[in-house]
Amino acid sequence: MQTSVTSFNPTFAFNTLPPDWPGNFWLHWLVFTIILIAFIIVSVIMFIWFERRLIGRFQIRLGPNRVGPFGLFQAIADVIKILTKEDIVPQKADKVVFWLAPLVALVPVLMVFAVVPLQSGAMLVDLNIGILYVVALSSIVSIGIFMAGWGSNNKYSIIGAMRDVAQLISYEIPLVLSIVGVVLLTGSLSLTEIVGAQNIPFILLQPIGFFVFFIGSLAEINRCPFDLVEAESEIIAGYNIEFSGSKFATFFLAEYSEAVLLSALTATLFLGGWSGPLLPPILWLLIKMFAVFAIIIWIRSTLPRFRIDQMMAFAWKFLLPLALINLLLTSLQIVFWPEASSWIIVLLSFAILVALILVWSKSFKPGGNKVGI
Amino acid sequence: MGFRRYGNGIAKGMALTFKHLFRKPITTQYPEERLNVSRRTRGTQIIWNRDTCIACSACARACPIGCIDMSTSRGEDKKLKVDNITIDFGLCIFCGLCVEACPVGNAIFLSYNWEYAEYQRSKLVLSNDELLYSNTKQVSGYYHPDVEKTLPEQTLLVNRTNRGKPWD
Amino acid sequence: MTLKTEPFVINLGPVHPSTHGVFRLRATLDGEVVMDIEPIIGYLHRGIEKIAEGRNYKQDIPLTDRLDYVASMSNNLPYVMAVEKLAEIAVPERAEYIRIIMAEMQRIASHLLAVGSLANDLGTFFTPFQYMFREREKIVDLFEMVCGQRLLYNYMRFGGVSHDIPDEFIPALCKLVSTMPGFIDEYDQLLAENEILLARLKGVGILPKELAINSSVSGPMLRASGVEWDIRKVDSYSVYDRFNFDIPTEVIGDCYDRYRVRIQEMRQSVRILEQAIEQLPPGEVLAKVSPRLKPPVGEAYAHIEAPKGELGFYLVSDNSEKPYRLHIRAPSLINLTALREMVIGWKLADAIVIFGSIDICLGEVDR
Ligand code: SF4
Ligand code: SF4
Repeated sequence: MQTSVTSFNPTFAFNTLPPDWPGNFWLHWLVFTIILIAFIIVSVIMFIWFERRLIGRFQIRLGPNRVGPFGLFQAIADVIKILTKEDIVPQKADKVVFWLAPLVALVPVLMVFAVVPLQSGAMLVDLNIGILYVVALSSIVSIGIFMAGWGSNNKYSIIGAMRDVAQLISYEIPLVLSIVGVVLLTGSLSLTEIVGAQNIPFILLQPIGFFVFFIGSLAEINRCPFDLVEAESEIIAGYNIEFSGSKFATFFLAEYSEAVLLSALTATLFLGGWSGPLLPPILWLLIKMFAVFAIIIWIRSTLPRFRIDQMMAFAWKFLLPLALINLLLTSLQIVFWPEASSWIIVLLSFAILVALILVWSKSFKPGGNKVGI
Repeated sequence: MGFRRYGNGIAKGMALTFKHLFRKPITTQYPEERLNVSRRTRGTQIIWNRDTCIACSACARACPIGCIDMSTSRGEDKKLKVDNITIDFGLCIFCGLCVEACPVGNAIFLSYNWEYAEYQRSKLVLSNDELLYSNTKQVSGYYHPDVEKTLPEQTLLVNRTNRGKPWD
Repeated sequence: MTLKTEPFVINLGPVHPSTHGVFRLRATLDGEVVMDIEPIIGYLHRGIEKIAEGRNYKQDIPLTDRLDYVASMSNNLPYVMAVEKLAEIAVPERAEYIRIIMAEMQRIASHLLAVGSLANDLGTFFTPFQYMFREREKIVDLFEMVCGQRLLYNYMRFGGVSHDIPDEFIPALCKLVSTMPGFIDEYDQLLAENEILLARLKGVGILPKELAINSSVSGPMLRASGVEWDIRKVDSYSVYDRFNFDIPTEVIGDCYDRYRVRIQEMRQSVRILEQAIEQLPPGEVLAKVSPRLKPPVGEAYAHIEAPKGELGFYLVSDNSEKPYRLHIRAPSLINLTALREMVIGWKLADAIVIFGSIDICLGEVDR
């Protein structure tokens, strides 16, 4: 496996790009970066709208429906409202950290999008270590969140921030291990090649991996049932309790772009990315992203949240062994039985998934008990 | 404690929320879509009738808040008449005890209207002619069974249907 | 190696999403573990007991609405019962039945709110809350039909109730009663077996039987600890002795048991409602009582099984138009006293849930 970074040259291989496209390298870079950020912001707005409408329907109400057709512009109205609000900085806050925190949370997410293939070749850089880059950068977000919690000098926010760090450390490991299964099957770290390798979507070949990855990504983006970081009934809003105005908006944007990112990654790694019949590739990717996000919303509308120790136990005692077993099984299959028909593997791996869940949930005890004081 | 089962409780819950996805919303789009309130609504105004009032001040005495301010005097014909009646709707709790206390039966009413808002508190204090019946105010059937019969039937959530079928 | 940690104090409230009102919990935390809590009450104190001494008996009825403002009907009832005891007023039979119908509907509505907001404290994003509010809304609709308001009903009077129920009421109630068990099943489907909910509630915040009795806790909380004590049975006031119903009890007394007891009590209330509709006699609903009621010198205590526990009113009369003294035994306040023992040693998130499972209403705590 080639892991050197010799091909770090950005390759702007937009299919639709005419060969005599004017401008030099940096102009291209600028144009496509702006296009990408616009794409992220538009999809964030669409995600917010989608989430609010869908959760409304789950709760037998309509959701926002006043601003624009079907309430489509509600998110825009909210943005205007948030941006025009007073930006309050607490007196006792650590000013530098407080100011930097939203940026540190947002920028890595935007940077990750550079390697996410929107369609064949439509990406800012086709890194051959794409997935490693994704994993490395997306965990920086937590530093931003911890900075926010620390910088705002508020007890609630520091609790939220501590929870976030604990959560990140626990869930990053099963998340990465579940990706390794996919990488083993593909034999490459490049996201384009991962998509290319999916004649059968990896969700079928790697159901355990998908299961672990999906739950891990829920924790990664602080979504229900792992939304302890901002648990509004316990620590009110967690790390962003002291933030207002544009800083809050930045956090909000960071959080939702992470959701967009994780949906896109799930679609890319396990659902076959942009590939699909008839429709244009970018549309396929969007459909898959929204489908993944719909499930996240569905979970959010149903489940209560874990307690902190239960969440940790769930990661270490349940997801991590599952991810390791998945890794072991995948490598065994690749080494000893490479010519196996995929459909047999699909059946086998689903059987193993069900068996594992049954066995593990019997013996698995989440969380500790009362602490003697 | 602990996970005694393997996620089937979660699956059941998810199935239920999924089922609700296909049920009709129970909310109403308020300013456009209005439900009929109860015929006995204790609306946010009190309507007073000068012609039938015998100025006995029973309503003012019955009020637990003391927000009816009434002064009466004897006119030339030795009959009591109301000189001044002022009700502070910022204080009134719309309990309806004044309506119940009135011996005449059709001198004081609660209103059927419930949308009443002002920008200033001082505007919530109404007196004399402002308390009279007008075409912006409708009389509620609270303690007035004859009025109650004329009002439209209340829309009840129990009677709402879900795509033609009653709510299951 | 033990790390040296320093406890720190945080204020949960007075403005906090899950204190269910203006209530302040001064919690000493060691990391996430609650080491000590100190409930601070009084933010909603309005001096209701004192105000009541300045008004006449009838004018105090609207005041009682404002105690437990999510269950007004059951607040009216013990007050008028106390006055009736004092002044020896007989209540027509139909009025007794209507009162019971109202009280039981109120119990369902209040428990729905309790369970819904408990689920909210657990972190479900408003979905059970919304479903339960749907049924509460149906009940509130019916209350609005009989007395014209949706929150503060002011419906009971000395010697009966203020109005007879309208003709549309009974069909609508029948419809409600017939669909209600189905909806309760749905809540069970959504919550009762959810693994995360079980992990969060089972074994959390145990209130042992002895402690429950000693701290004079009442209502669903007491029954969840395994004490079969329901004023409807032990002192069957009104006409409760004519109905068949069970008192649901649980064993351990943890948060999950409190949740179970509430759900089962709703089912029992539906049973009582069914029987009450069947037995509802015709006739008068309001006995003749002088508007300027002057009960003879004496004292009376009347209590009922309110949704939150034993709600009692103690009245002293000096033969004037106004009560000489009114004291309220508010279940929320007394149930709250057991909070500290239950919370210590649990995590912050549990503290919120335990607090939610007590189901208090600050209007009643602070009075
Ligand atoms: S409704 Fe009640 S508070 Fe209002 S004026 Fe009448 S008696 Fe007083
Ligand atoms: S009680 Fe009736 S009749 Fe007497 S003053 Fe009031 S409105 Fe007039």
